[in-house]
Amino acid sequence: MPYIPHTEDDVQAMLAAIGADSIEQLFDEIPAHLKAGHALDALPEGRGEMEVTRLMAERAEQDRFALSFIGGGAYAHHIPAAVWEIATRGEYYTAYTPYQAEASQGTLQVIYEYQTLIARLTGMDVSNASVYDGASGLAEAVLMSLRANRKSKSRKVLVPEALNPRYRSACEAIVRNQDVELVSVPFCNDAGQTLVDGLKEHEGQDFAALVISQPNYFGSLEDVDALTDWAHANGLLVIAVVNPTSLALLTPPGEWGAEGEGADIVVGEGQPLGIPLSSGGPYFGFMACTQKHVRQMPGRIIGRTIDLEGKQGFTLTLQAREQHIRRSKATSNICTNQGLAMTAATIYTSLLGPDGLASVAGHCHANTQKLADKLCALDGVERAFTAPVFHEVALTLPQDADSVLARLAEKDILGGLSLAKDFKMKNAILVNATEVHTEGDLDLFVAAMKEVLA
Amino acid sequence: MSNETTLIFQHSRPGRSATAQAPKPVSEDQLAAIPAHLRRKQKPGLPEVGELEVVRHYTNLSTKNFAIDKQFYPLGSCTMKYNPRGANRAAMLPGFLNRHPLAPATHSQGYLACLYELQDFLKEVTGMKGVSLAPMAGAQGEFAGVAMIRAYHEARNDDARTEILIPEAAHGTNPATATMCGYKVREVPVNKDGDVDLEALKEACGPQTAGLMMTNPSTCGVFERQIEAISKAVHDAGGLLYYDGANLNAILGKVRPGDMGFDVIHMNLHKTFATPHGGGGPGAGPVGVSQRLLDYLPTPMAGQDEESGDYHWIDTDTLPTSIGHLSAFMGNAGVLLRAYFYAMVLGREGMIRVGEYSTLAANYLLKRLEAIGCQPAYPDRRASHEFILTFAKLAKDQHVTALDIAKRLLDYNQHAPTIYFPLLVPECFLIEPTETETKEAMDDFVDAMEQILNEANTDPETVTQAPFTQPVRRLDDVKAAKELDLVWGE
Repeated sequence: MPYIPHTEDDVQAMLAAIGADSIEQLFDEIPAHLKAGHALDALPEGRGEMEVTRLMAERAEQDRFALSFIGGGAYAHHIPAAVWEIATRGEYYTAYTPYQAEASQGTLQVIYEYQTLIARLTGMDVSNASVYDGASGLAEAVLMSLRANRKSKSRKVLVPEALNPRYRSACEAIVRNQDVELVSVPFCNDAGQTLVDGLKEHEGQDFAALVISQPNYFGSLEDVDALTDWAHANGLLVIAVVNPTSLALLTPPGEWGAEGEGADIVVGEGQPLGIPLSSGGPYFGFMACTQKHVRQMPGRIIGRTIDLEGKQGFTLTLQAREQHIRRSKATSNICTNQGLAMTAATIYTSLLGPDGLASVAGHCHANTQKLADKLCALDGVERAFTAPVFHEVALTLPQDADSVLARLAEKDILGGLSLAKDFKMKNAILVNATEVHTEGDLDLFVAAMKEVLA
Repeated sequence: MSNETTLIFQHSRPGRSATAQAPKPVSEDQLAAIPAHLRRKQKPGLPEVGELEVVRHYTNLSTKNFAIDKQFYPLGSCTMKYNPRGANRAAMLPGFLNRHPLAPATHSQGYLACLYELQDFLKEVTGMKGVSLAPMAGAQGEFAGVAMIRAYHEARNDDARTEILIPEAAHGTNPATATMCGYKVREVPVNKDGDVDLEALKEACGPQTAGLMMTNPSTCGVFERQIEAISKAVHDAGGLLYYDGANLNAILGKVRPGDMGFDVIHMNLHKTFATPHGGGGPGAGPVGVSQRLLDYLPTPMAGQDEESGDYHWIDTDTLPTSIGHLSAFMGNAGVLLRAYFYAMVLGREGMIRVGEYSTLAANYLLKRLEAIGCQPAYPDRRASHEFILTFAKLAKDQHVTALDIAKRLLDYNQHAPTIYFPLLVPECFLIEPTETETKEAMDDFVDAMEQILNEANTDPETVTQAPFTQPVRRLDDVKAAKELDLVWGE
């Protein structure tokens, strides 16, 4: 029996110890007419590891080849071999939440190191042990800001239109039932940036927080200092949504503002830190904040302490915020973190170090610039916006974007994302290049685009 | 076991790094387009270490964990069964790993086929009419479920329904979820046999009832025998019935939530479908619904064109009544592939065996522990796939608590069961052996428990001071919470 070790003798010995005649007798408290019986006949017969592996290998092979320039919140990066070889060791892979701290010091120390890495990368005081992903992390941050902003009674949060639309919709779906309103802040059609001018109409109104995405969905770099200072001057908290790779080069949210006052809450998608694209998950969301707000942060948090002999050890802490203690009054219903993905990210970040990560970020930026230049050399292709970008750029095409992307896909080139549906920019696409793209890859894309547009 | 106590940051030396993993640095010229005032002034304080130091550090740390691959891990309500390595390998195939979540459906047919079949499989095995794989964890599945209940009432302009009923033994995520969905929580008492107090439930039901959330078998480790009467009471009041799939393993293949009258359920694939717990996640919490909630399922889902057989995504543009997306992309996709592998290997007979053998194991372990003097919380009931012991008497007589016994078990190389849950049973253990453990593994656990009970009566300090063999002794949790040290600072 797959994954069940019992022999017939075992079964008989166990039944004898129980004093039952059959396994079926153990279900005698379930009303007989409710039992499944033939209802399961539609399920397939079980197969061996070899057959199922073969089936899945054939399926995986179907999706294997395509040269992709899609970003939109998930990015292709080189992942060092050591990352997943270690992360999938059984001791990490098959452990559970570190409730028994003495028998979980490995996982607990990794989380403490992870919290430190995230705090240092974002320039914030503290980090939690991760949440599900960047988009749901933003929802948690929005809810947290309502609790944390003591000066505001508002249940409204300002959200830029230039935010990743998938973050916007997930956030909306999660906060909708708690009377929270997300109020849109427009972006400048020329620059592709969120401007302080667009916020002026909200001065004097009560909002809990302003969301700032750096870079924004178009890849554009926002003037984060001006936006942060506007928010703080008007009594709003700042929720930063950032790309972790970019933080090797860009000002960390903890230092945003002319005086470096910094964001109050930081969230983002952790996938770029060593997590494969893997069709969308499992990724992890990182979440950091200032010391002042730590008791309003959802999710697991690990603290360093000592044991009864004075030796250093790590343990779950501030659990009074969490659902298993506080139940209906908890900061969130979240129970798990994305432990394994977070472990991989900790290994990845340690392997790359500050210089390695800066080098990855630099290549992403340089490759994206190069790709944009090459594509813009084609007739009728130009940058949609004037703002500087990090590693993603919006381009306008001389033709309908959806149709161009479909024709590129026929050539096995996934040429980015269409901005038609989400932004009514019918002819615009969003493209990304990272360190994994070679000069040859860029040229293949440009040549294919040239043919498609011809 | 390793003595590694230094942090990765303490291994750091300026200028040391694992250069093979990163591309060569770019020149400042290539970064000229980024405005100077947006650039970081100082490089982030990430560790500067070589590859070997990283590999050795995290390998050594791993050895400090208990894990299913190393120990019996009978955490009640967590279903710590074996996580097949084959599932991991299949999910890590390059075609799956390198697929961008927003790749067009034309380049995702293999992946979509797996999801589509998994949806169907879960529908059949739970008796529900539709399944969405989108929720990323049990708690998010709960959220999706209650949000659908809310959407259902709202669509019928039935806006007087403000309350969710929850039995007092429920997981903390249930009331926390109800709050996140904008509902008030009313707790329903549980009687001395572990069943819901039906009269109290009937009294609690009314026009304000949006629904009832319950686990069956319950967190008391017993099957709720009055499920049909409960279902009727809630439905008669106009509420819907939510099934928390935490304990689905116990009844897999034996009885289906859909047949018990539930309108919406979530499943924990990291429990019932053997995907790894990963030190606390990621999980996956698909939801299944009855006919009347089909329109509200969270997106995206996998669909199939009947004529061409091609697969496509079902999203909010074709299902505008959906409660929407709960993540940026497609939930915890890799976890779903692992669950698919497991479902395909087990098949129909395998599903039935899960319920049977997990129940056999739990009842065996209960009887053996009872025989050495442990006190079951519900002595007159069958165990489901788990059961509760209470050490209230020992705590009173010898001042040895459930926590002490749990810590001492670690010295016997046994992971402790869940302790102090459910909250209504004092000094309790919630024990779940799962179907993948041998009889000998369970017998070893019984032997350890027998010795510990003996120690508790003859030499209680050995138990109250435990553990002695782990990397650390008992930790000062009060200090951890009072003098917060959440981030390393030199």
